[in-house]
Amino acid sequence: MLSLDRVSKTYRVGTFGGGLLHAVSDVSFDVEEGEVVSLIGESGSGKSTIGKMILRLIAISEGRILFDGTDVKTLKKAKLRDYYREVQGVFQDPFSSYNPIFKADRVFEGIRQHFYHGMRDTEWSGRVHDALESVGLNPAHVLGKYPHQLSGGQLQRFLIARALLLDIRFLVADEIISMLDASTRIDVLNLLADLKQRDLSVLFITHDLSLGYYISEQAAIMYRGCIVELGGTDRIYNHPMHPYTKMLMESVPRLDRKWEEVEIELRAKQDELAPGCVYYGRCPRELRTARCRDERPRLVEVEPGHRVACACAGADG
Amino acid sequence: MSLRVEELTVYYRTLRGDVRALEDASFAMDDGEIMGLAGESGCGKTTLSNSLILLAPPMKHIHGRVLLDGQELPIADIDAMNRFRFRDVSVVPQYAMNAMNPTRKIGRMVSELLRSRGIDPRKVLPELRRRLDLVELSEKVLTMYPIELSGGMKQRMVMVLSTLMDPSLLLADEITSALDVSTQKAVAKMLVEFRDREIVKSVIVITHDMSILYQIADTILIMYAGQLAEKGPTETIIHTPRHPYTELLITSLPKVGVKHDLARLEGIPGKPPLLLEPPTGCRFRERCPDASDACRKIPPLREIAPGHFVACCKEAGSDA
Repeated sequence: MLSLDRVSKTYRVGTFGGGLLHAVSDVSFDVEEGEVVSLIGESGSGKSTIGKMILRLIAISEGRILFDGTDVKTLKKAKLRDYYREVQGVFQDPFSSYNPIFKADRVFEGIRQHFYHGMRDTEWSGRVHDALESVGLNPAHVLGKYPHQLSGGQLQRFLIARALLLDIRFLVADEIISMLDASTRIDVLNLLADLKQRDLSVLFITHDLSLGYYISEQAAIMYRGCIVELGGTDRIYNHPMHPYTKMLMESVPRLDRKWEEVEIELRAKQDELAPGCVYYGRCPRELRTARCRDERPRLVEVEPGHRVACACAGADG
Repeated sequence: MSLRVEELTVYYRTLRGDVRALEDASFAMDDGEIMGLAGESGCGKTTLSNSLILLAPPMKHIHGRVLLDGQELPIADIDAMNRFRFRDVSVVPQYAMNAMNPTRKIGRMVSELLRSRGIDPRKVLPELRRRLDLVELSEKVLTMYPIELSGGMKQRMVMVLSTLMDPSLLLADEITSALDVSTQKAVAKMLVEFRDREIVKSVIVITHDMSILYQIADTILIMYAGQLAEKGPTETIIHTPRHPYTELLITSLPKVGVKHDLARLEGIPGKPPLLLEPPTGCRFRERCPDASDACRKIPPLREIAPGHFVACCKEAGSDA
């Protein structure tokens, strides 16, 4: 449904714009209907930049982002408005998404003016009530309140409700729960999981690995603007292959295991998984070959009564 | 016993009345203890930590005392506390990233700070070098501006600064929440290292991230709406908590290996009460699944097992 095709974003930096900063380089992945994809990485890894490019908040330097086969870069005026009807974003800090002088429900008015101009008041308020109820808020409790009167979790759900007022099919959720308290966090996360049942696709941008695991089917690990590992969440979490992913898995603080235990466990798993020569990790670099890595050598007789399990020795003999 | 807090009560003065942010907090910390302090935002954890070092208006000391290594700290007197700050009690502030003066090179800022405390910077320099080495920073950082350092480096620099005088108590307020997981781990481990090398005697780690506490803390203190809910050894708090709030808090945390369609987690319904006019009795009463009439009285913090304290009517009633 949404597909990124070799997307890059470069910024000009330095006094005269002489330097180039590659915020995102050559990223490709797809998001299917009703699928949650987690984009995981440290700060500065370019994960938010991708979200913003999808929302067309910043321009794409190279490559294409296709939504239902249309290049989003080419969208203009009415077409672009139709795009925003289906693709919306919710961001990290719920408190700065609102103007504190006005009531919180003003965010809904913007949608009405832009997309539903001329809709009757009764029909509109019905829609708003439906949207609020579907995010688990009681309209009587939250409408007509100022932002400071609502909790962070409520404000964040308000913004999701705002997106649901449209015929939304794709949501960019950029660190939407990192500012919330543990007790309300999980409510917003569960809400996203429920929305998935309505065939909503979500790009879930986060730095918290446990959250990514909880909600998504696919995960992409980013480092310095590149995707270093991409695949099913289960595979990536249980069998990380890239050294960076492994390092992340070792560092993530867990409630069931201490750091030391995780390190030992990962190392054990790695040994048992590696298909190649058991000595590969410690073998001198100049002797290692691709074959050593991929295939476990069998004991081969190199001279009468003398057997060696090494691809190199076998080849010589 | 390195730190002893007795019935500490601190309110915030506002135009609409007193906000009762910290009420009757009593606990003790052993030498070499790393205590995690956790709870939702607004539960009073930063208030508690601030009152141990800088109790400035609009905060108001109502009653209660604080003893550090057997000596009473004059927490209500801002000027008298100056003698203890930095030397006996020190803090690594929330957002330590912005704690350094951006217009000074770090080395110059450090010597200015030391001189302001009447310490000769030249005498401290060898120790400063050793400490930088300990946190894996090169000595070159002293000739750099804060902007030239990454977030994790700034955090480590501030940790070195805060602990330069070997304080007895170190307050670490949300020091890992703005960092990436890998830097987070490094900084958290350094905190343990500082304790192991006896640079600091005891540490209070304030955070809302329970999983970090599980990794480094010896004990955990849970606060709710300005009151202490439960204190105990880390393993006990994480695996067999007794206070209903702690239980709900722990079960609502997503863990690696838990998926929403297999094991759906639940949040805690409702929200914390306003502390301007807090409800009488147990403040968790309205959100508590086990609430009863007994909860109309404020439950005392009682020791139910050695080192394990719980403030819940259920516990009070069990052997009364």
